[in-house]
Formats: sequence, C-alpha cells, structure tokens
Amino acid sequence: MNIVVCVKYVPDAQSDRTFSDDHTTDRTNVDGLLSELDEYAVEEALKLVEAGEGEVTVLTVGPEVAVEAVKKALKMGAHKGVHVCDDAIHGSDAGATSLVLAKAVEKIGKPDLVLTGLASTDGTMSVVPAMLAERLGLPQVTQVSELSVADGSVKGRRDTDIASETVEASLPALVGVTDQINEPRYPSLKGIMAAKKKPVETWSLSDLGLDAAQVGFEGSWTKVVDVTQRPAREKGEVQPDEGDGGTKLVEFLNKSKLV
Amino acid sequence: MPVSRLLPDAAGDDLIELTRDLCRKELAPSVEAAESSRELPRDVFRTLGRSGLLGLPYPEELGGGGQPYETYLQVVEEIATTWMSVAVGVSVHALTCFPLVRAGTDEQQSQWLPEMLGGDLLGAYCLSERDAGSDIASMRTRAKPVEDGSAYVIRGTKAWISHAGHADYYTSFVRTADTGGRGLSCFLVPANAPGLSAGTPERKMGLSSDTVSEIHYEDVHVDTGRRIGADGEGMHLALAALDSGRLGIAAAATGLAQAALDAAVTYAGTRTQFGRTIASNQGLQFLLADLQAQTYAARSAYLLAARLKDAGRPFSMEASSAKLIATDAAMRVTTDAIQVLGGAGYTSDFPVERMFRDAKVTQIFEGTNQIQRIVIARHLLAGTTSPKGNASADH
Repeated sequence: MNIVVCVKYVPDAQSDRTFSDDHTTDRTNVDGLLSELDEYAVEEALKLVEAGEGEVTVLTVGPEVAVEAVKKALKMGAHKGVHVCDDAIHGSDAGATSLVLAKAVEKIGKPDLVLTGLASTDGTMSVVPAMLAERLGLPQVTQVSELSVADGSVKGRRDTDIASETVEASLPALVGVTDQINEPRYPSLKGIMAAKKKPVETWSLSDLGLDAAQVGFEGSWTKVVDVTQRPAREKGEVQPDEGDGGTKLVEFLNKSKLV
Repeated sequence: MPVSRLLPDAAGDDLIELTRDLCRKELAPSVEAAESSRELPRDVFRTLGRSGLLGLPYPEELGGGGQPYETYLQVVEEIATTWMSVAVGVSVHALTCFPLVRAGTDEQQSQWLPEMLGGDLLGAYCLSERDAGSDIASMRTRAKPVEDGSAYVIRGTKAWISHAGHADYYTSFVRTADTGGRGLSCFLVPANAPGLSAGTPERKMGLSSDTVSEIHYEDVHVDTGRRIGADGEGMHLALAALDSGRLGIAAAATGLAQAALDAAVTYAGTRTQFGRTIASNQGLQFLLADLQAQTYAARSAYLLAARLKDAGRPFSMEASSAKLIATDAAMRVTTDAIQVLGGAGYTSDFPVERMFRDAKVTQIFEGTNQIQRIVIARHLLAGTTSPKGNASADH
C-alpha cells in the first residue's frame, strides 16, 4: 500500500510565535518543527506499511525551511519526500493550500491512502483534509482515533461528544487522524543516518501545472485582514484570607459573572 | 538556554536535537518521582535504546552507532543536564560493552554484541569489592576452571555495582590465578546464571534512581566461551575500559554543572531583594561568571581528550585530567548554585539540592580523584622517575 502523508512545518509552540506584516504566520524567523499533530499521521502511515508493504511519501507545502518537516518524517522512517516550494504560494488560505496539495498528490501518483493530522498547530483550521479529499474526489474519513485497512477498504473510529462512530470507506481514500490514535516514535540513530540517502524532490508551481494567480493572496477566497497578538495574561489579584475568604471568593466569582 | 555545541558532522547535530527532545518529553517528567522512590527507570533506558543511544561509541559493523566520542560524550552531557542517574547509566552501559569490543573473538562479538549495543539490554560492570576498591589487584572473587576446562565456577562478592538486580548481564572481573594484577580475567555473566544474586540496595546520598548493591556469586558456572580476552588479561581490560569510562563520567559531570548553573542563573534573574534582582549585584555576577568558566573548562577538557581518543592517539592522562576537572567543577558549581538559591536551594522543591547530592559521587567512582592524580603523575613522569611509566600496570 502506498501512502502519502501531508505534513506542515509550523512554529514551535514552546517558543515565541509572531506574525509578518502581511498577517501571515512568521515561519522563517522562528524555531520551527514538524507539526506535532502531523507526527501521528506519519506514525500511522509507518505502522500500516510496516505491517504490509509499500512506501510512505511525505508531502509538505511551505517556504524553504519547511523541508525540515519532511526530513523529520524521513528520520522517523518515511521513504521519500516532496516539498512544494514557491514564493507565489505565500499567503495561500486553506482552499488554495488544498489545491496545491491536490496537484502534488496527483503528481506523486495515485496513492492508496492519503493521511493527514487533525489540524495544524499554528493555523488550526482543520479543514484542509476535507477540502483535499473533495479536490481529489476521494472519500474522506477524518478525525479518527483508530484505523484499520483490509480488503480494499479502510475503517476508522470517530469519537464525538455523544457517540463513537465506526466509518468505512473504499480505497483509495483520505483519512485524518487525531492525537489519540498512536504514540509517535522518536527517530533513531539508524533512521537519522538512513534519512540522508532518501530522496526529497522540490517542486515549484509550474511543476504542478498551476498558475501563480490560483494561489497565494490572489488565489485565496479568504483573507486575514487583521491580527492582534493575544495580550500576555495579567497577574492575578491576591486576597488574603482574614476569615472572610469565602465571601471574597463569591464576590469575585459574582463580579466576573462566573456564577 | 541550550549550550552552543560544535559537533563533527550533521549526524551529531541531529543526535543532539533528538537527545534534547527525548530529555524534554521522556526524561524530565519522570526524574523527580523516580529519584524519590529510588527506582531504576528501566523504561527510560529502553526508550533511549530504541533510538540507538545505548551503543553510540562502538562500530556499526558490531551493532553500534559508529559515533565518535566527541559526539557520544556530548549526548551523555545533554542527558545529564536532565537526569544524572540516567547519564551515568548510559556511560556505565558503554563501559560494560568495552571488554567484548576490545578483546572478544569474532564469534563472541557476533553472538552477544548486537543485542548489548542494540538498546534492549542493560549491563552492569563488576570490578570493585568491599576490600578492593582503588586497589583492584587485591580482589578475591575467584573463578576456578572445572576439570575438563569447559567452564569456570565463580565464587565471591562484588560491591558498588550499578544496575544491580536490573542488568541483563554482568561484565565481571575475577581472579583466575594468584599472581596479583596479572591473575585477573573478564567474564560475561548472564543475569539468569544460577547462583548469581543482588544484595540489598545501598542507601546512597545521591544518584538515587541508579540502583547500586553487592552482587553475590555462589558457585556460578560460566562457560569458558564467556571469558572475554585471555586468561590473565582482566586487569588490562578493566583499566583500559576505565580510561574511556572516565570520559563518560567527565561528560556527565559537565552536564550536571551546566544544569546547576542554568538553575542558578534563572533564579538570580527573578529573585528580588532590596528592590532589585539579586543578579544585579556584582558580587553575585562574579560568582555566576566563575561557575560558567568552570563548566566551560570541564567541557573543554573532556572534548579535547575525546578528540585524541577519536584520532587514535593516547588519551589516558587527558581522560584522567578531564575526570578530575569536570567532577571537581560539578561539586563546586552545584555547591555555589545552592548558595545562589539560598534557603530555597536547600530544599528539595528546587532541583539544585539533588544536583549537589549527585555531584559528590563523581569525585569518587571510576577512580577517586586521588587515583586520577596518580594516573596523571605516572604518565607525566614516565621515563623519568617511574621505571614502569605505565599507569595501566599493577599498583
């Protein structure tokens, strides 16, 4: 079974995250990494291929430095990587991103399975998997926390607030996984050494037969018009308990309309 | 802030990044609990082993990671900044593999090394005895060959054994002849050998999650095929292993010093007295600067010795110098870090108290710092006052 895993290079949530003047997430001047939610998709792909046969191709769209996300997945064990990199893609919304991904998946060749994470940890739109499935004409099973493949179909469990659903789809299909599905492995020294020899292709828009006007700010249907960094949390108020702590607490909760 | 490191190649950079990731996600969350309960974190070693971190400095064709000491030791240092007991464990494990790598036959190496270096197994190094510490040539644990020569029977007790009761095999140095240091031999004893048992864990001051106890050999039968190297080669192997092991201890001590320094700097920058941070007092700045300089000297010392070793040059004197410098630095830095934190530093609510306790033993094990001076002096004076001129000879 051949699997394409779509991954994203995102700013490290543990360090400072900033925005550029054009309201896009700054991904070049900050510490970045393979989105942790995408590690679950990579792990699931590796498990499926290790249990049978086939190859795992890691696909990312992003600036030059985004190839680091592909490399991390290769160190974990993926077989090859594709990095779509073109200045014109800068500013693409979820819809335009899904177009680039769809064209790239088609160029990689018809995989049996396209895997994605739950959402990126920076944009957290969580809609690209569905858009991508639609563009590729594939059945989509998203947000699954358990996955099995047998006899040309894929079965996944979706946990919602009120019920757990088991959803089945025929292959080829697109599956999005949650962070409950597995425990992503760490790379090993062997994986690190092997990754150096694994092929990573870099494609531009023209390699995908796309026009600059179809992507970026121009090709996007939505636009971020304003970004305000959330203010740092203010220091709380300390109320010494002089026997009236309970009363003060109720007053505070009342004032804050919490009760 | 992470230490700025120079690694010899990109694989080294990746290994440091991987180690930091493992430290943050897998080690850091368990340190306090395991150190309090004095439990050896076997799972942590398995996790490190799966990533290949338990066989780094040995050749790839033998199942190791093929990494230079310059890289391996910096990985040990990184681990020590988070968890000293585990860093020491990684170094001890490398020590247990040394005799087989150095002196094992091809057959012995292909039979045991892949799993010893592969990360699933954890080893113990059995050299010291209650009455044979620095003076290892006086050891009394004895291996007698059975009549047909197919096996040895080992009887005696080893002391101060890290990973005792948890290890999968025990690299054991025992007496096979009454010829002092020339009568010692090395055996690879499996943990499940009948007659082998671990004593009650020592109640140590620090390194609490490194389980240390006596190992008793009550007529333990070991096939002659498990003797590593020639009969009588044990002392030579033990001392050669310790030259490399001392570099591991120097690296771990450096990581410990770095962690204490980091904690002191962070605290000094936030603790306010007399209306300003204590870090704004020059007296304290000078103290912190000294700690940085000592930590840097420790790192420089072990890295220079490592480069000599990687280049195939003699490094015994330099390894002993690095062990001496780095472990003394760890003791001073952790002591002064507590001073920076004041009363808070004296409580176990802050990690410097544990680091201080962990530091002391580094001046004692794998050759006390007095023994390091003997080794250094022998090399220094070789060809002048010492007719032997060889620190690896009997003493």
